[in-house]
Amino acid sequence: MNKEKRSLLLEDGRRLDGRELHELRPITMRTGVLDRADGSCYLTWGNNKIICAIYGPRELHPKHLARPDKAIVRVEYRLATFSVDERKSPAPRRREYELSKILAESINKILFLEKFPNGTIDVFITVLDADGGTRCAALTAASLGLADAGIPMNGILTGCAVGKVDGKMVVDLSDIEDKEGEGDMPIVMIHNTGELTLLQSDGKLTVEEVKEGLKLAETAIGKIYQMQRKALLAKYSQIEDQLDEIDDEEE
Amino acid sequence: MTLLVTRNQIVVPGEVLARGSGLKAGGGVYRKTINHEVEICASMIGLAQVRKNRIGVVPLEGCYIPLEGDIIIGLITRVGVTSWNVDIRGPYVGTLKVGNVIDRDFDSLRESLDRILQVGDIIKAQITYFDRTRDPVLTLQGRGLRKINIGRLIEVDPVKIPRIIGKKGSMIQLLKNMTNTQIIVGQNGRIVIIATDIRIENLVERSIRKIEAEAHTSGLTDRIREFLEKEKKQLFKRSEEDE
Repeated sequence: MNKEKRSLLLEDGRRLDGRELHELRPITMRTGVLDRADGSCYLTWGNNKIICAIYGPRELHPKHLARPDKAIVRVEYRLATFSVDERKSPAPRRREYELSKILAESINKILFLEKFPNGTIDVFITVLDADGGTRCAALTAASLGLADAGIPMNGILTGCAVGKVDGKMVVDLSDIEDKEGEGDMPIVMIHNTGELTLLQSDGKLTVEEVKEGLKLAETAIGKIYQMQRKALLAKYSQIEDQLDEIDDEEE
Repeated sequence: MTLLVTRNQIVVPGEVLARGSGLKAGGGVYRKTINHEVEICASMIGLAQVRKNRIGVVPLEGCYIPLEGDIIIGLITRVGVTSWNVDIRGPYVGTLKVGNVIDRDFDSLRESLDRILQVGDIIKAQITYFDRTRDPVLTLQGRGLRKINIGRLIEVDPVKIPRIIGKKGSMIQLLKNMTNTQIIVGQNGRIVIIATDIRIENLVERSIRKIEAEAHTSGLTDRIREFLEKEKKQLFKRSEEDE
């Protein structure tokens, strides 16, 4: 294999997929896609496709896990066997266990768990197609699902990764930029309060670059939050539009 | 106090509804203090409600949280020695003790509880005790509380139940009067429709689904009245043609 490092930026300064340095990939979100789940969300983020189902608050089995003062959050993050280049074994691996854990910690931050003692809130996240930045996308989708399930929460989680590619700070890394770039820093925050719930970093970044990255992420997260808001309200405005049409016809 | 939303505006969790002092938090919101200033934020997706200085959110999604005094429709899931377990469609399992079902003494050595209620039975019951540290306790002793033997059981979103009942029961009365059916509504989002004609039963279910879908819009009662009138006319026309 050719070990020579190829450039991750095109000659005109754009990125390999034609994006500007601070441009997001196209994102679509839809809530209420699964009938059986209490809340659900389907999110596409560039080539990422993520489906998320929320069950609960419900009774917790096995009972010995129950906490008498609050509910627990169980997150299952899974990559589908066909979601990555080489077939992934369906059994959960280290990566999935780790991500499930950190996603649960993030979700713990936004829910009013003390309202449901002895209970559980189950979050199932399946990545159907992975192309970098799935942990941010997963939390973005999961918080929409939680809102769709009507679970009391103090804000919506919004995530976006920033990183360094060919010496330049970029927003929303794709798989190849993530793997071959110089650094990547996924950030998840509660947009309304500006609190960070997840911040990881991989690679080498200077203090200035981290500061710049945080600023870039904040702007990107602001944009994504507006999309989330729109997606949550879409379910209801659709019905309102239909009713308006009926009224117009009658007039 | 500064109000940042209008009445009946749909809000999402985390959205700041109002800022300033003298604010009271209703349901579906939480308060937080930032720089000595109180903020009221939505904790659920729903419609903003403002009454004087009390701000709340009427949720559009959510599960059933038991309240003492609620009339619910439960499903027996387990028969024990002196009590039943009842699925009340919430995060907790209801308990129904034998003393709350029959008046006489019960001897568990001689009698078996499944002679009274069996697994799968549907009951209209009331929640007598619930405080989140213990599972809800139900009773079958009270006016109209009983086992339900006939009818069609449908499940709706529990947060839409107030809309299905309507202001002072206006919506449910409209449904009952216009279709001449018996409708039992449980606060936990279960509804039993008892009609003599299956077509009427279908019509009632369709109306309830319509209310559920349009719960966040205004003028719903009038729209349902129109809908029922139109559908009933069609029903009668069809049955005349059949004859």
